[in-house]
Amino acid sequence: MATKKVVALTGNQAAAEAMRQINFDVAAVYPISPQTELMGFFAEYVANGEVDTDMVAVEGEHSAMAACIGAAAAGARTITASAGPGIAYMVENLYIASGMRLPIVLLDVNRALSAPLSIHCDHADSMLTRDTSWISLFAENAQEAYHHILMAVKISEKAMFPIIVNYDGYIVSHSIENVELLDDETVQNFVGPSGIHRIPYPLLDIDHPVTYGATAQPDYYTECKYQQHVDFLKVYDIVREVFDEFAEISGKKYDFIEEYQTEDAEYIGISMGSSFGTLKDAVDKLRAQGKKVGAVKITLFRPFPRKEIAKALSKAKGVVVLDRADSFDGIGGPLFKDVAASLSDSENKPLLHNFIYGLGGREVHEEEFMKAFERVERLEKGIDTRENLVEYLQVRE
Amino acid sequence: MSYELKPWHEIPIGSIVPEPGSSRINHTGSWRMLRPVLNYDKCTHCLICWIFCPDDSIPVSSKERYETDFEYCKGCGICAVECPYDALEMVPEMEIKLQELE
Repeated sequence: MATKKVVALTGNQAAAEAMRQINFDVAAVYPISPQTELMGFFAEYVANGEVDTDMVAVEGEHSAMAACIGAAAAGARTITASAGPGIAYMVENLYIASGMRLPIVLLDVNRALSAPLSIHCDHADSMLTRDTSWISLFAENAQEAYHHILMAVKISEKAMFPIIVNYDGYIVSHSIENVELLDDETVQNFVGPSGIHRIPYPLLDIDHPVTYGATAQPDYYTECKYQQHVDFLKVYDIVREVFDEFAEISGKKYDFIEEYQTEDAEYIGISMGSSFGTLKDAVDKLRAQGKKVGAVKITLFRPFPRKEIAKALSKAKGVVVLDRADSFDGIGGPLFKDVAASLSDSENKPLLHNFIYGLGGREVHEEEFMKAFERVERLEKGIDTRENLVEYLQVRE
Repeated sequence: MSYELKPWHEIPIGSIVPEPGSSRINHTGSWRMLRPVLNYDKCTHCLICWIFCPDDSIPVSSKERYETDFEYCKGCGICAVECPYDALEMVPEMEIKLQELE
């Protein structure tokens, strides 16, 4: 077992520490709140010669991802980070990175999208990435952000898909927590050495030139996408494998989802990111009132843990799906639709109701989540009726 | 244009093209609207057209420029613009086709 030390760090400091320990070959970045501070910390490591990273300051996030694609195709271990509108600006190149099957780590310090402009947290930025065929992990706190980054490198290189590590802007990125750090050597051994031959066709292997990003005509495009589709389904096993390996060095065992008091729960709340702590508090308070409630956190967002969700909800009567982003589509938030689709083969069909919360950094409290549980219970018992499947939880009337 | 269509599982990861020269099987000459017609009396074989041709469609030796390779020439006209001796004229492909029919 590795040596560990507990240090008081913000989420951004913990993420920068993970980046230092991994010692990426290339980091191509453009600053945007709340990610700016993270790259500031990392830039210090670069300036002090504590890492060998070539830090490329580009002129925008579209270029940041373009530079990452080039670096990763060359064979470099590559990372970038962004938030909110920066992620939006990257989207075109996110599809290119995954289509080219390049291992790249992207830290998304979750931020709302404009307009109105908000630098604060919600998950709208990350929802832009949900169909990009990037693997996606959601961290609840600084400790998880640190752990997820270490695992992300390995998952990404094994799967040959790029990966996003999400952690909530300001709530996680700028709050100080106790974070247990592994020692540098343990991290290095875990992620393994860099070098161009980690990937099958590195462009720096000049004896074997290849073309990246060629055209596919209608006679090939479907086959290319189908291969990507099939390989993305293999990501589940790879993530599980890396989670297991990580448990051996850290003592912390991650799973696709985390369940809290779900065993006998009639009503279950589902959330992602930092609000899960608040959700657990709501569960505790309702349990104290004699309510059988539980909570589920989604750690692996892409590919979506549909089987695990179906199993966790197999006995539930009602489900509170908490979305930190709206889809504006008359159905519900992105998580709501994923959860609903996950129950397609389930015998148990619980009542699902969707709540939008925490937009643009709006603070969430357990009372609000308790209200959501109450609403679902009333709907399920036929006391309340609903016109829509989705409603906002924290609106001032 | 004919080549073997591979099944999905035989395509290299990331849709990369591992063998150079795949452009040879794409006969881009069929895209051409304008044809560079060379006036051999004006041509000095300076090879500037060869330097500029983006599709490598001008066969040359160390001394001589030969007729454009129309299997690949897209008719972009860069050679005609760059030629210092006005030896190339861009003629609509349709006109040439009609003349051939007469």
